[in-house]
Amino acid sequence: MAFSGSVDAIALARSPSIPLRLAALPWRAWLRDARHFQIAALATLLALNMAWLDFGARPIPSLLAIASALGAQITCSQLWHLPRIDLRSPLITGLSLSLLLRTDDPGLMAVAGVLAIVAKFAIRIDGKHLWNPAAIAIVTLLLATDRVWISPGQWGASIWFAALLAFFAILVLQASRRTDIALFFLGAHVALLLARAEWLGDPLAIPLHQLENGALLLFAFFMISDPRTAPDSRLGRLVFALAVALLAHWLAFFQQLRPALPIALVAVSLFTPALDRLLPAERFQWSKPS
Amino acid sequence: MSPRLSRRLKSAVAVGAIAAQLGAAAAPASAFCGFYVAKADSKLFNKSSKVVLAWDDGKTAVTMANDYEGDPKEFAVVIPVPTFIERKQIGVVDIRTIDHLDAFTAPRLVEYFDEDPCAPRVYPTPAMSAGNARADVSARVEKSRYAGVTVEASYDVAEYDVSILSAEQSDGLVNWLADNGYRIPDGAEAVLASYIKQKMHFFVAKVNLERMQLQGNEFLRPLQVRYETKKFMLPLRLGTVNANGPQDLIVLALTRKGRVETANYRTVKLPSDVEVPLYVKEEFPVFYKSMFERAVAREDMRAVFVEYAWDMGWCDPCAAEPLKNKELVELGARWIGNDSDKPYQSFGSGSDAYVTRLHVRYDAAHFPEDLAFLETRDRSSFQGRYVLRHPFQGAANCRAGDEYLASLPARFETEAANLAELTGWNPTGIRARMEQTGQSFTQSNFGIGPWIRRNIFRN
Repeated sequence: MAFSGSVDAIALARSPSIPLRLAALPWRAWLRDARHFQIAALATLLALNMAWLDFGARPIPSLLAIASALGAQITCSQLWHLPRIDLRSPLITGLSLSLLLRTDDPGLMAVAGVLAIVAKFAIRIDGKHLWNPAAIAIVTLLLATDRVWISPGQWGASIWFAALLAFFAILVLQASRRTDIALFFLGAHVALLLARAEWLGDPLAIPLHQLENGALLLFAFFMISDPRTAPDSRLGRLVFALAVALLAHWLAFFQQLRPALPIALVAVSLFTPALDRLLPAERFQWSKPS
Repeated sequence: MSPRLSRRLKSAVAVGAIAAQLGAAAAPASAFCGFYVAKADSKLFNKSSKVVLAWDDGKTAVTMANDYEGDPKEFAVVIPVPTFIERKQIGVVDIRTIDHLDAFTAPRLVEYFDEDPCAPRVYPTPAMSAGNARADVSARVEKSRYAGVTVEASYDVAEYDVSILSAEQSDGLVNWLADNGYRIPDGAEAVLASYIKQKMHFFVAKVNLERMQLQGNEFLRPLQVRYETKKFMLPLRLGTVNANGPQDLIVLALTRKGRVETANYRTVKLPSDVEVPLYVKEEFPVFYKSMFERAVAREDMRAVFVEYAWDMGWCDPCAAEPLKNKELVELGARWIGNDSDKPYQSFGSGSDAYVTRLHVRYDAAHFPEDLAFLETRDRSSFQGRYVLRHPFQGAANCRAGDEYLASLPARFETEAANLAELTGWNPTGIRARMEQTGQSFTQSNFGIGPWIRRNIFRN
């Protein structure tokens, strides 16, 4: 494990030069960065939660998570001597934490934000951070305290709402590279749920109901599909997604350990460096910001 | 009522509370989370049931009450349980204990009496609370040999004959149940097969009439099963198989850490803290049923509703006397470590018992999966609470009194609108009832000016 460099410094160093044509049109470059769509999607969800369909996010904990993630990014960027401070990734992390994590102690939301960002900077292998920041923060707090929980059912099973999320997710997929992993994961997850229903003789309504879950979509489109932590090669991502789906299935249905998805992601991520060495491919980087 | 005024009144007046009788009002007969099976071909309903679910990190106690009032020998219950159950893990509890918790957590009406706008005074009102439903079950079991079915144990439990079954094939289990007098509805076999594959055991019980007569019990007592499991859930699916329309289930969850919610269905708080017309007091159960139905429709029947979520150590206002330590222990909250006859109380920063009352109306189409629960750390307080504000009845002979009386019609309008919004009732009908019951929308100054009323007609 190396404690070196930084996400953004490396990204900048390896970033392909942006054609002059695009540089002259900053909004086109802006559109090329999937993070902007992710931020818009997550912020919209948070706004919907506050204004309309309450699924448990509260203003002060949400603010704390976002502010602490941004603050940690600024501090760490200075400590690691980054040439510039990019607040988009920590904003995504903070928003994800706001949408997923629940606690009776708002201070823990601030801890989550800091933990996520510090883990991103400090725990790096081969110049790549090991864990999706939000996932490692959630899992650490779930295991280390009994003060946090995830409310997976509160999104409601509304088809409409799932469609809305899917709509945003499609945008994200269109704009971001390497998000094939989200499809690999969802495919595996759906197949496992269908197989389980088939084995149990359950009606199709049961696996469909299990899929009608906003937290699952957030996980698939915003956590496992984090291009900075996913394996570099396509085959690696396929193997990774299958492993996460299988482990999560086993944890949830055979060990009754919930929430299974982030725990499975954090566990399988330990093998990402090995996958990258076995199946080398070009490293992902966000495009140079405009 | 403005929030400020509301707070002021709250401190100044006594509070009356009426507990709702939802389960009893809803249906003629009912079932547990399993299903009732008649030995004869009598028509089956299972419409409403009440379950106390005590949960402490896997240590589970499920106590099942219902309001069945038919012949005890007609009924039996089949409940999937996650583990083998020993004799000492089964008991019966006093229905009054469940009724007590039911009344304690029930949605309530609170009454405030306006002060004399001229000279504030206090009008105390006696607290009221309502009693509740009846519980029952039934059955009898005999041993037999059927493919893949193992009768793991049979117990005499008070007026019940209980068997614990495991099975490898659903057809063997169906045969066993059928031959032992449990009438199995069509469609149950597939559900049983699913539970068998999930390594569930089956707790089946029927009433032993002889023992029931010997013990002199007129009513069947609620059965309690205690076990340890990581599956924090209630099986609903068997209950939907033979259901004649949607059913109601009230889950009273006792936990150590905090509020319980469903992990696989949306958990929604019912509308609360709303001022409603005074006549609602006379028909609170009807009001509550209408309001609940409207809430269910609003959520497209896909949500579980919170009716009460509160630290067991205190209440405000209390819809019933606080539960005693021994009552909580009887209902499965053994972790409180004290089974004395004293009321359970919290001192300082909250107690280690928290109650969540969930109310769900379900059928197979909207609730295909069993209810899976999640214990949160949320200890905030919530109650379904509907407010009656009695206008001041005296002369109110002062300028403030004039303003007060002039303000009443607008307040009544708000109450009428609230009631229409909550229940979907016809606003015209609501207004007519209010006029009949003394809540007039016209100025109540006998058609004469305030000054003349104050000076000529003063009393």
